[in-house]
Amino acid sequence: MGPRTGAAGADGMANDTGPQGTGGVTIDPHTLPGEFVTLAVEAPLDLDSGARLGPINVAYTTHGTLNADKSNAILICHALTGDQFVCGTHPITKRPGWWDTTVGPGKPLDPDRYFLICPNLLGGCMGTTGPSETNPATGKPWGLDFPVITIGDMVNVQKLLVDHLGIGQLFSVVGGSMGGMQVLDWAARFPERVFSVMPIATALRTSAQNIAHHEVGRQAVMADPDWCGGRYQEEGKRPHRGLAVARMGAHITYLSETALTRRFGRSLQARDRVTYGFEADFQVESYLRHQGITFVDRFDANSYLYITRAMDYFDMVEEHGGVATDIFAGTNVRFGVISFTSDWMFPTAENREIVKALNGVGANVSFVEIETDHGHDSFLMDVADYHRVIRGFLEGAAELRGEAGP
Amino acid sequence: MSTEYGNDTPGGPGGGAGFKKRIRVDQQLIADLVPAGARVLDVGCGDGALLYHLSHFKGADARGIEINRARVAACLNQGLSVIQGDAEVELRDYPTGSFDCVVLSQTIQAVGDPKGTLETLLRIGNRAVVSITNGGYWRNRVRFALGGRVPFPDDPGESWYDTANIHPCTIRDFVGLADEMGIKIEKCFAVRASGATREVYPWSAAANLFAVQAVFVLGWRSAPSEAG
Repeated sequence: MGPRTGAAGADGMANDTGPQGTGGVTIDPHTLPGEFVTLAVEAPLDLDSGARLGPINVAYTTHGTLNADKSNAILICHALTGDQFVCGTHPITKRPGWWDTTVGPGKPLDPDRYFLICPNLLGGCMGTTGPSETNPATGKPWGLDFPVITIGDMVNVQKLLVDHLGIGQLFSVVGGSMGGMQVLDWAARFPERVFSVMPIATALRTSAQNIAHHEVGRQAVMADPDWCGGRYQEEGKRPHRGLAVARMGAHITYLSETALTRRFGRSLQARDRVTYGFEADFQVESYLRHQGITFVDRFDANSYLYITRAMDYFDMVEEHGGVATDIFAGTNVRFGVISFTSDWMFPTAENREIVKALNGVGANVSFVEIETDHGHDSFLMDVADYHRVIRGFLEGAAELRGEAGP
Repeated sequence: MSTEYGNDTPGGPGGGAGFKKRIRVDQQLIADLVPAGARVLDVGCGDGALLYHLSHFKGADARGIEINRARVAACLNQGLSVIQGDAEVELRDYPTGSFDCVVLSQTIQAVGDPKGTLETLLRIGNRAVVSITNGGYWRNRVRFALGGRVPFPDDPGESWYDTANIHPCTIRDFVGLADEMGIKIEKCFAVRASGATREVYPWSAAANLFAVQAVFVLGWRSAPSEAG
């Protein structure tokens, strides 16, 4: 069965007793639209784990035109389950790209003005080197032989891509959630290569609560017998049940109680009364099952393990000897930090830690908490105040950059 | 406020270029006191009128702190560099001497700890410019003496129980505090109800009677040992 289409929702799922999924078709990401480049060819990349990796394939999309002085480039970093298809129609899901609300002509990240680069991150499953790709040493899928990667490793690969594109200094690096972690890492690792950054709904370190949620997701994947110790590709199987459960659990953390109550409440799914069984009686169950099922059509289980692990290891404070103000000492980068009132995955307090670290070194930082009740997913949504702030921040940064600005 | 001249709709930086946004008299005075190109922090920056003026017409590296979310968003929409937060909390994070000048415009009377705030202002800034609403203005005195009501000048609709100005003071009160703290008042300006401003002697009884607002330029009498 092909990729599911149609609006997210719970229609037609009422009789499922669990997230069965389609079994999924393995999509060859190399047949998808967009650009591909092979990097780290001459010298492999030194990973944080001590392993070396190379050559590395990177799948990416660009939108807009790089101007003559290459001063209008914005790198967009995707989150845990995002990909390079940031806007327009996603080639697999046939639904709008993950940030279509924000990226596109007339939107805050406007390709008519900026040259937008969105790569699939290292460890991903949409064409960039990751556990589902072929290990050149064995000719088989990497599986668990793929080295454990970090946010820093992802950023190092993105930097190779920016080098490859011949861009000296990015006008901005923008991303939310785990994308925001990459944004922060960019500013700390390559401060001279970025003029401004917008870390959105993110943190300097991954909280115990988020590590806990990730672990539940990983255990769900690994508990699926079709996971086969990570060698499911060779066995011709896919742990779609485990991955769907992982997605269902994670999806709850992206929402808020208010949003769930408003959208579903205790409403029943296509029935008048409860069935005294374990079918999806409630709309909210049906919705979550649908989220799980559609997810497995476009995502790889091992990628999910590796990327959540990379997030777990993210701790910029620890990386800088436990002194948060050392992270951005002496930085000239202009920061725009945004959080959302209803986000309990990356609450405002954690975003404020970023601001605190920046204030401690007198860095140029703006911060606003946007009022929404959509939870963590607010960063993906069309919220007028939020979009105005993105626009305003980029305009202000462009003005500050003066002649060389976009 | 009687001295509020208008609240221009904030445009984008592009839209704002070319016309001089109108700012309050005390803000204009503050703007004139800030050297061109200075690093300035405006604490309680509101909708960013002063910040906009400083960054667009004085070439200042101007930053702001504002507690009201909508106002912060309005500032960011104009491309200004502003942090949403409680000044008394946020100010603690800045290193000593971060700014050439820290501005506290019509806010000192609204903070929980004016004394601690003044100290912090002069820690993170080499200078502080502070403006206050003068409780000693003659109309306030009349209101209190004859009307028997606590004077909250120029705050229509605000009563003693809902005003943000929890620490009302007169020019003389403020000068007394500065004196007690070892703060040097480098300059003191009196703002009349007409908008006329002039530099006055800080202890001037006339200023304390006729000024609706005052603007002070503050520094330490002698540099504190921990500075630098």
